Amino acid sequence: MELLANLGLGFAASLTATNIFYCFVGVLLGTLIGVLPGIGPLATIAMLLPITYQFADPTTALIMLAGIYYGAQYGGSTTAILVNLPGEVSSVVTVLDGYQMARQGRPGPALAIAAIGSFFAGTIATLLIAAFAPPLAEVAFEFGPAEYFSLMVLGLIAAVVLAHGSILKALAMVVFGLLIGMVGTDVNSGVARFSFDIPELTDGIELAAIAMGIFGFGEIIANLEQGEAREVFTRKVGRLLPSGAELRASAAPIVRGTALGSFLGLLPGGGAVLSSFTSYALEKKLSRTPERFGKGAIEGVAGPESANNAGAQTSFIPMLTLGIPTTPTMALMIAAMMIHNIQPGPQVMTSNPTLFWGLVTSMWIGNLMLVILNLPLIGIWIRLLTVPYRLLYPAILLFCCIGAYSINNNVFDVYVTLPFAILGYVFRKLDCEPAPLLLGLVLGSLMEEYLRRAMTISRGDWSVFVTRPLSAALLAIAAALLLAVLLPAIARKREQAFAEEES
Amino acid sequence: MRIRNQRDFRAGAMFVAIGVAFAAFSQSYALGTPARMGPGFFPTMLGVLLALLGGAIVVRSLATGERKPMEKVRWRALVLILLSVLVFAAGLPRLGVVVSIALLVGISSLAAEDFRWKETLASIVVLIALSWLVFVKGLDLQFPVWPVFLVH
Repeated sequence: MELLANLGLGFAASLTATNIFYCFVGVLLGTLIGVLPGIGPLATIAMLLPITYQFADPTTALIMLAGIYYGAQYGGSTTAILVNLPGEVSSVVTVLDGYQMARQGRPGPALAIAAIGSFFAGTIATLLIAAFAPPLAEVAFEFGPAEYFSLMVLGLIAAVVLAHGSILKALAMVVFGLLIGMVGTDVNSGVARFSFDIPELTDGIELAAIAMGIFGFGEIIANLEQGEAREVFTRKVGRLLPSGAELRASAAPIVRGTALGSFLGLLPGGGAVLSSFTSYALEKKLSRTPERFGKGAIEGVAGPESANNAGAQTSFIPMLTLGIPTTPTMALMIAAMMIHNIQPGPQVMTSNPTLFWGLVTSMWIGNLMLVILNLPLIGIWIRLLTVPYRLLYPAILLFCCIGAYSINNNVFDVYVTLPFAILGYVFRKLDCEPAPLLLGLVLGSLMEEYLRRAMTISRGDWSVFVTRPLSAALLAIAAALLLAVLLPAIARKREQAFAEEES
Repeated sequence: MRIRNQRDFRAGAMFVAIGVAFAAFSQSYALGTPARMGPGFFPTMLGVLLALLGGAIVVRSLATGERKPMEKVRWRALVLILLSVLVFAAGLPRLGVVVSIALLVGISSLAAEDFRWKETLASIVVLIALSWLVFVKGLDLQFPVWPVFLVH
């Protein structure tokens, strides 16, 4: 019954007026930016991260930022159904059947089933976090520096393997991120590295400024190059509630999607995106009438929407229990904790139980809010989608600039975004996926610290990483993953799988 | 030799350059020994690794893979967006937030193909009002609101 006591503690923390309010702000903002194509949760969280410095309680900060994250998944599906354009990457597959349903005059049930599926998935995933995070953290307490170093290697490699595109380039991006993480004062010797005598750089480069530059500004420039074409569904939404037959058809896909998403969310890299693709493929395979998929099958909305929400939530588990980010968004959550002097890792649960359980329970409250909030607000989201991009991007730019300024009340951090905006643009031109860089960036100084400690304990013997069984196992998995994707035969299969997803 | 994949070739070359630069710069810090690593140890390791990865990407871009030429750079969007941020950063401490927002929104709006100046004026007014409410009144962020030389 410890679980109930813990959840009780969590609800006591998340149900304070302040936390409910910021949870609401988070999910509302998240839905808003999720609905709008061209701005994602990553840029938004980076933008708001500095503002959470002002919050007295780190729990409030994390609750709001988490709300943005899963709220965006939710908003993304609204756009997918109504505009034939994914608001977020995780809702790419929802476009296939969701938009067809809208065209056939059934936008209401499509939106409602996405909401119901997401809520169900969110509830189950919240329970899973509550049940499995404590034992996982127990395991993590056994970890020494060598294990942590190997775990980070595994995390980074797994993230690279499961991501899109060239493995070599993704690895290079990770290492580049690790190197940028080296900028600033070295904790052991006090030497300011790569700071070029600029006093602001001795504390390192602000993660939020980097993320804004690469993801926020870089994306705006790229979007402006492409131009846009949107077909907004502007007719009346009409009947909202799905019929009995639609509900029955969706029940099993929702359960399967939740199970699939909960599991895949734990893996680095993929999370919400991978799980929605997999769920769609699974539902199509299991269906007795696969030919209906792509022509408005409600199962094709119910499954992936549940899966991406479950995946989004369980991706918090590695972050909360091991202190390892599996997605760039989680990297920013870790940064948010560190701002408030909380060292992420297994000890968070025992040293800050109200933060841990408050965050977990707030996710359930946030999911509930999303259901209540979204269905009545659909009319507003539709109108919002008719706002052209030429009016949106200057506003995004402005909020990013003010966000960067507010990190230290200093324009230095605004200047910092500039080189990273150029870098972000160059990455896009050179087909370099920028997400792995952010993971490396967050882990840079931690990895160095664990490497140093492990090597000091072993008196300079490198074999410590393979003689300690747990560390050896982690490295072996990493090596196996890497070998598997670099072997030509499997590499070709992987390319095919991703090509299928894209088409 | 013909370069088949221009994008990979340039990406690889970029990683080699960055890796070498970091590794070379790390030599000005103490390396230490594996048991007692100095501040230069890990960055050197990473720099060399990055250069090696970059080299592998370059080699692969020469021989295998699909042909991928470079896309054209549209300088207008790139320059105007960067310029607007630069002007905002330079202006904020001196001209205050109101004028800086007007400049940021004005300059960045020019980057859109379908720029309309009346619309931009309206959005400047709205964004100034909104920022005033949220950032000056609501969050009480510390920056000058009006041009410094007018207030003093």
